Amino acid sequence: MTERSEEIKRHAPVVTRPDEGGLTTVVPLAPPRRLVDVTVDGEPVRVPEGSAILAACSGTPTLCYGDTLTPKNACRVCVVEVTGSRTLVPACSRRVEPGMEITTDSERVRHSRRLVLELLGSSTDLSTTPGAAEWSEEYGAWPERFGPRGEPSTDRDARHPGAHEATDGATAATVAQPAKVDNDLYVRDYGKCILCYKCVDACGEQWQNTFAIGVAGRGFDARISTEHAAPLPDSACVYCGNCIEVCPTGALSFKSEYDMRAAGTWDESRQTETTTICTYCGVGCNVTLHVQDNEIVKVGSPHDNPVTHGNLCVKGRFGFQHVQNRG
Amino acid sequence: MFGAGGGTSSYREIEETDLIILWGSNARETHPIFFHHVLKGVRDGARLFVVDPRRTGSAEWADGWLGLNVGTDIPLANAVAREIIHAGLVNEAFVGRATTGFAELAAAVEPWTPEAAERETGVPAAAIRELAHAYARADRAQLCWTLGITEHHNATDNVRALINLALLTGHVGRYGSGLNPLRGQNNVQGGGDMGAIPNRLPGFQDILDPAVRARFGAAYGREIQPRHGMHLTQMLEAMDRRELTTAYCVGENPAQSEADSGRTVERLGDLDHLVVQDIFLTRTARLADVVLPASAAWCESEGTVTNSERRVQRVRKALDPPGAARDDIAIISDLARRLGHDWGAPSAEEIWDEVRSLAPIFAGMSYRRLEELQGVQWPCFTEDRLEPPYLHGRLWAADPERRGTPAPFGIPRHRLPVDVLDEEFPLRLTTGRRLDSYNTGVQSGGLAFPARREEAIELSPEDAERLGLAPGELARVSSRRASVTAPVAVDPALRPGLAFMTPHFPDRVDTNSLTIEATDPIAGTAEYKATAIRVERLSGDGPAGEER
Repeated sequence: MTERSEEIKRHAPVVTRPDEGGLTTVVPLAPPRRLVDVTVDGEPVRVPEGSAILAACSGTPTLCYGDTLTPKNACRVCVVEVTGSRTLVPACSRRVEPGMEITTDSERVRHSRRLVLELLGSSTDLSTTPGAAEWSEEYGAWPERFGPRGEPSTDRDARHPGAHEATDGATAATVAQPAKVDNDLYVRDYGKCILCYKCVDACGEQWQNTFAIGVAGRGFDARISTEHAAPLPDSACVYCGNCIEVCPTGALSFKSEYDMRAAGTWDESRQTETTTICTYCGVGCNVTLHVQDNEIVKVGSPHDNPVTHGNLCVKGRFGFQHVQNRG
Repeated sequence: MFGAGGGTSSYREIEETDLIILWGSNARETHPIFFHHVLKGVRDGARLFVVDPRRTGSAEWADGWLGLNVGTDIPLANAVAREIIHAGLVNEAFVGRATTGFAELAAAVEPWTPEAAERETGVPAAAIRELAHAYARADRAQLCWTLGITEHHNATDNVRALINLALLTGHVGRYGSGLNPLRGQNNVQGGGDMGAIPNRLPGFQDILDPAVRARFGAAYGREIQPRHGMHLTQMLEAMDRRELTTAYCVGENPAQSEADSGRTVERLGDLDHLVVQDIFLTRTARLADVVLPASAAWCESEGTVTNSERRVQRVRKALDPPGAARDDIAIISDLARRLGHDWGAPSAEEIWDEVRSLAPIFAGMSYRRLEELQGVQWPCFTEDRLEPPYLHGRLWAADPERRGTPAPFGIPRHRLPVDVLDEEFPLRLTTGRRLDSYNTGVQSGGLAFPARREEAIELSPEDAERLGLAPGELARVSSRRASVTAPVAVDPALRPGLAFMTPHFPDRVDTNSLTIEATDPIAGTAEYKATAIRVERLSGDGPAGEER
C-alpha cells in the first residue's frame, strides 16, 4: 500500500493559502484525482484514476517501464489479463478503469511471460538485469531449449535491413557482441541490450534532447546506435549519462562498474548509497553517490526529485574524480 | 530583489510558463538540468528568446536570438520597455498599485527607440519589437539571467533594467511569472542566505536594523556592530591601502579566479598573513602562510546548500575525507577555541537549528522536513505549512496594507564597458564556461571528458580570415594588462569583432590575466565579460602559455 499512498501524495495540491485576502489560488491546482476500484486476482484494490494497471499490481515484472518516461510497451513482460479484453494488455501503459478485473497469474499470463523471458534470455545476456533470474525461475523459463548460444557477432553495426541470415536451427541467435569501450566514462555493452528504447527516449525528446542515439536496423538486427555507428567521442553525445540512469539491464554502465565487474571486485553488498547535492553550478541537482571502500563507483539521482527527475549533466554524473584517490 | 536576494520562481514554473527569456545565459551548457525544465516548457508550447552576444547552444532552441553587442544590455532592455509603453502594453493596474517611479522610467527610456537601440546594440529593431510584444502579451513569462548580466561594471543597473520589464508587465509575484538569476555555484545562494554578504545577517536581515541586531546580540551575548563589512573587491582594494593585512580564505581560489589575476597574486603576496582552507593546494593556497586541509563540503561533510529556486537541500557525508583533512565546522570551532571562545563541537544540524531560531525565513525547515520534502524553498516560516513557490505575491494583494512597500522602477544608465575598444585593442573578448568544465578547473580538471577541447582563443570566421589565422595555429592575445598565447579556434556562433575564452585552464592559458578589474560599485562583480584585446599571429611554434 505504501507505493500507492505515495502516488497520491505526489499528486496532492502543493500548497494553498486560504488566509491571504486578495490572493486567491497561489498555485494552479489540478482537479482532485479520484480513486478507482478495480480487482486484482479477485482482491479489491483502489488506485488513483489515470494510473497504469502496474500501480495496482505490485510485484509485476517489468523491464522497459521507466518511472520517468512515457511507457514504450516494448518488452511485454508485464502483460496481464483484463476481463473482456481479447489480448493480454501491458500493465505499464494500460490505464485502470472503474470495475476493471485484472488477472496477473493465469496460465495465459504465465505462458506469455515465460516465452518473453525465454526469448530474451536466449538472445541477450541478462546476467546484470535486476530481477531476471528470479522471474525466469518463477515462470519456469528455459532459454536453453533453443540450443546453445551462437557465436558473438562482430558486424552487427554494419548489417543492412533485411540482410539477416537465418540460423541453422541448432544454435540460438544472440545479440552477443564485444562491448563498446571507447571513452573513460561509460561503456555500451549491447550484448545485454533488450531494445527497450528507454535510453533513446532519455537522450531524445523526453529529457536530454541531445538525440545522440537512435534505433538502427530492422527485426533481429535492430540495435541502438549513434549516427553511422560513430564512436561516442565522434558522436553528438554530451556524456550526461541519463541513458545509464534508465537502462534496465546494465547494457549501459559506468566504466568504473564495468572494470570492477571484469576484475571481480564489484560488490553491491559493500556499497553505500548517499544522496547529496552536486558541487558544481547552482541548480542544486541531487546526486546519489554509490560508494565502495570509500571510493565513488557510480552516481545516480532520485527519479522523484523535483530538481532533476533522475537526470544529471556530465559534471554531476562523472565529475567526482577530485575527491577520489586522495590518500 | 525588493529586499531579499533570490530568484522569484520555482523550476516547475519554468515548465508551466508561456514565454521564457534567457538573458546573458547559456543555460544549455552552464545549467544543463535547469535547461531541462526550459525544454519541458518549450516542448509544452512556451516561446523561448535568448539574448546573448554569442549564438549559443541555448540560442539554437530559441524562437528568437537577439545577438547584442557586449555591454549594451541596458539600451536593449530600455528599448523593450519603451516599446511596451508606446504599444500600450503596460499592465497599468499592476504598475499603478504595486510600483513607484513609472513616469521617471518612461522619460528615461524615451530616447531608446527600437532604431536607436539597433544602432547601439546591433539587434534589429524588428527583433526588439517582437520581444517586447511577446513578453508583454504572454499570460505568464519568465525572465532568467546569468553572468552575462552580472559580470559587468554596471551589473546592478543591468539587473534593474531587467526588473523594470517585469514590473511594467506584471510578470512577477504570480505563478509562472518571475525573475530568476541562475546561480553559478552550488551554494552562492546559500552563502547569501547565511549572511556571507557585507550588509545582511542570516536570512537577509538588515545589519543596520537595531531590532535585528538586538536579536542576534541576545543570542550570542555580544553586541553586533552596526556597519557593513566589505565585499571581495573592497577587500582587495583595502589590501592596496594596507588597511587589510590578514586574510582567511575558505574554498576560493582568487589567485586564479579574480579578474586581472596578476595583480591579485601581488596583493595576496603582500599580506602579513594569509590562511587558506581548501580541499586542494590551489594556486592561492601555495601563497598562504597556513593551509588548513578541509573536507569536501558536498560529499565529505553534513550540512545544507540553497539552489537557484531557493530550495534549501541537505548535503550528506558519503566519503571519509583523506589524511588530515577535517570538516569545516571542526576547523572553525577549533580556531574559535584558540581565539578564546569555546563553541563546543556542534553538529551541522545543531548549527542549522540555530540559524532557524534567528532567521524567520528558515524557521519551518527542520532536518526532518528537508529530508521528507527533498528540500524546502524559502521562505518557510513555520513547521506546519509551506509558502507559495514564488516570491512577492504580496504585490498583487488588493489590501494596500498587505501589499506593503511598492516596488520601485530603477533608472538604469547606459555606460559602455570600461575596457574600451580602439585601434590597438579592436576585438571584444568575452569569457564564459563550457559544459564539461568549471571555473578554474580545480574540480573539473580530472574529469575525463572525451570531447574536451583545449583552451583556445575562439574567433569568428571573419576575424580569423582577416587576421590570417587558421584553426589550431598559436596566436598572441593581448589586453591592456597582459599577453597570453593560445591556439586559435573558429566558431561561427561568434559575430565579427567578438572573441571568446574560458577560465578553465589557467595553468596553460591564464585568461584572467587579460580581464579587467572594473567592478560594479554595489555588487563588486568584475567585468569578466568585456575585455578589449588584440590577436596577432605568432611566428614559431612555441608552447601555449603565459607571457607578461
